[in-house]
Amino acid sequence: MSDVKSVLLCGVGGQGAILISKIMTNGFMKAGYDVKQSEVHGMAQRGGSVSTQVRWGKKVYAPVFGKGEADILVALEKMEAVRYAEFLKPSGVAVINDYEMNSLTIAAGQEEYPAGCLEAMQKNFKTIALKAGEIAIELGNAKCMNVVLFGAMCDALGCPEIDWEEVVAETVPAKVKELNLKAFRAGREAARKAL
Amino acid sequence: MKHLMSGNEAIARGIYEAGIKVASAYPGTPSTEILEELPQYKDSLYCEWAPNEKVATEVAYGASVAGSRSVTTMKMVGLNVAADPLFTAGYMGVGGAYIIVNADDPSCHSSQNEQDNRHYARAAKIACIEPSDPQECKDFVALACEVSEQFDTPVLYRTTTRVNHSKGLVEFGERTEVTAKPYARNTRKFVCVPANAYANHPLVEERLIKLAEYGCTTAVENGLNKLELGNGRIGVITAGISYTYAKEVFPEGTSFLKLGLTFPLPMKLIADFAKKVEKLYVIEELEPFMEDQIKAAGIPCVGKELIGNMYELNTQLVRERIFGEKADCIAPDQAVAKRPPALCPGCPHRGFFYTLSKNKNYVVTGDIGCYTLGVAPPLNCMDVCICMGGGFSAGMGISKSFEQEGVTDKVIFGVVGDSTFFHSGMTGAAEIIWNNGRMIPCVLDNRITGMTGHQENPGSGFTLQGDPSAMLSVEKIFTAYGFDPVLTVDPQDLTAMKNTVDTAVAALNEGKHPAIVTRRPCLLIKRVKHEKALCKVNPDKCRSCKSCLKVGCAAVSLKDGKAFIDATQCVGCTVCAQACPFDAIEKEEM
Repeated sequence: MSDVKSVLLCGVGGQGAILISKIMTNGFMKAGYDVKQSEVHGMAQRGGSVSTQVRWGKKVYAPVFGKGEADILVALEKMEAVRYAEFLKPSGVAVINDYEMNSLTIAAGQEEYPAGCLEAMQKNFKTIALKAGEIAIELGNAKCMNVVLFGAMCDALGCPEIDWEEVVAETVPAKVKELNLKAFRAGREAARKAL
Repeated sequence: MKHLMSGNEAIARGIYEAGIKVASAYPGTPSTEILEELPQYKDSLYCEWAPNEKVATEVAYGASVAGSRSVTTMKMVGLNVAADPLFTAGYMGVGGAYIIVNADDPSCHSSQNEQDNRHYARAAKIACIEPSDPQECKDFVALACEVSEQFDTPVLYRTTTRVNHSKGLVEFGERTEVTAKPYARNTRKFVCVPANAYANHPLVEERLIKLAEYGCTTAVENGLNKLELGNGRIGVITAGISYTYAKEVFPEGTSFLKLGLTFPLPMKLIADFAKKVEKLYVIEELEPFMEDQIKAAGIPCVGKELIGNMYELNTQLVRERIFGEKADCIAPDQAVAKRPPALCPGCPHRGFFYTLSKNKNYVVTGDIGCYTLGVAPPLNCMDVCICMGGGFSAGMGISKSFEQEGVTDKVIFGVVGDSTFFHSGMTGAAEIIWNNGRMIPCVLDNRITGMTGHQENPGSGFTLQGDPSAMLSVEKIFTAYGFDPVLTVDPQDLTAMKNTVDTAVAALNEGKHPAIVTRRPCLLIKRVKHEKALCKVNPDKCRSCKSCLKVGCAAVSLKDGKAFIDATQCVGCTVCAQACPFDAIEKEEM
């Protein structure tokens, strides 16, 4: 049990957290690990806050963990990082997309987007922050933001034996392979610089 | 080779491998993907979406009567709809194996309550089988078929959200072909006249005794029930997803009795297990289903007083509640805004709810689907939502109450979606016209079953297996019932939408029976070609009146005091532009 590692991915429905977890699980499977992954479908997907959990190790029983149990917290949106921060071990690593997405309550003027989300995370956790949205747009397609973020988190997974570049190439659709490989490399470089 | 699959994908594979020939279901989170996975096996089996869970349960049961192995799947509230055939099937028994996959939803991720449907197995006196991971999700289907046929019982195959939607590694097997015996009429068994029902009851009781014995013997050998003996200090009786949490949390040396057959309980096996340990825990989500029965059998155990009976568990919650170890975690001192689910930008339902939200005398009785989100601010456009089909009938009750109480200034709109109309809205519509209800039934037809992720329905023109089919007309059904006028409108055209509502209200006030059908396809339907456009704010014209914010679209907000449209979210539906009194929002074709 002790060798099991856990990642919590969070963001807004539709941001592409599922692809990140697919890349991760494909890589872990290839490396011979047992893998469990859990996500929630249905109501929550419609613009709501969403989270996915991925766990790997020699033998993994539980697909779902609780507060203080994630080794890595990956947030596709920075306010979501704060919402799920309690899931991260105090010694864990937060990988955060420095990117704001209004919720309906903010758009409708009922509340404001809170200032200081990123700073609050940096104050409490070892944090890797990057503007994955801008990097993705520079590469030509905002949609590859999720793979940029995966590139940024892959060193933190602590599995140097896995050739993540190869896994990305095998996981994404062929026609967007080159774009996603660039996105992966750009994210990894950005994270290495940030540290 | 192992495959990474969700519990639902694995159940579908299990259905294929178990030689099941007929599968019928109505979609419902978290069960939907099981049937969605089945068309890949259509050379070996027949699968369909049915109009509702009761129909699906009866279709599958009919196939079982004919001798085929069959299955139906549903979310837990679906079994409330299907309870009628379930209970009688429980008395009559099966022909071919008959499996009812039932997905409970602890923590109400996508549901209107947190009911624990293991109680249905006990109430209907049928077998209940619970897998805990994707491999078991697949393997237990074949075992469930064996149990069903050996003991002449329907099997409630009970899962929970985290079993359905968690992925794990699965090893495949081969399909076992099972051929039905030649069909022969068997009225004694399958016609539920009282005399037969009376005679069936003792057989049902006898069956439960035999099943409990099976749970202590064969089920331990074939892996349905698993005994893992440790050092004898702590013993845990558990089932389903709770096993995976307990397995990681309890110390090494803990003994486990992991039950796959959770009704009837193998009480002799449980009693023997209890004798082998110093302290016995029962770890289960939701109700004390196993615990109450174990305690009633006089076996001391610890369970709900520590673990609780609300919401789903996880590893940390089990650790904290059983061993008192609080989570070591940090909650940053930082406010966050709410992020509730909302109607998508470009959702055709927005125009309908926006129009109704303008009149405070409109009472809206809603229903289950994407359009339930009409309740969210700033639309705030729903008075009640109970269940599938409840939008029409609850509105009818309100209208009769208003009549009795002398309330005359309110107008009631009953709201259901297209799939929900065919599911159970039609009976409510019959109620309205038959009993002269003073209300307006509305069908929000977006050409698909939306919230569950786009499944075909009787109005969409296709079947689950992808074949073109009859396309039922909501308007013709309303007309046949006697509604008049039946008004069809594009809800995205706010002027037309308002005119339609006004026309319907005027007709209602003249004593007529109007009905409204709003029709525009959901933007997420892939086979429909959607127009691509974008709305932009002309800041010179914007007077910061915030009218556009009242449509409740996540793409529209205020930035530096002026309306602002997020180009990454906007799809150019123009509802905000139509709501703007100053023509400050313009549409750009792309």
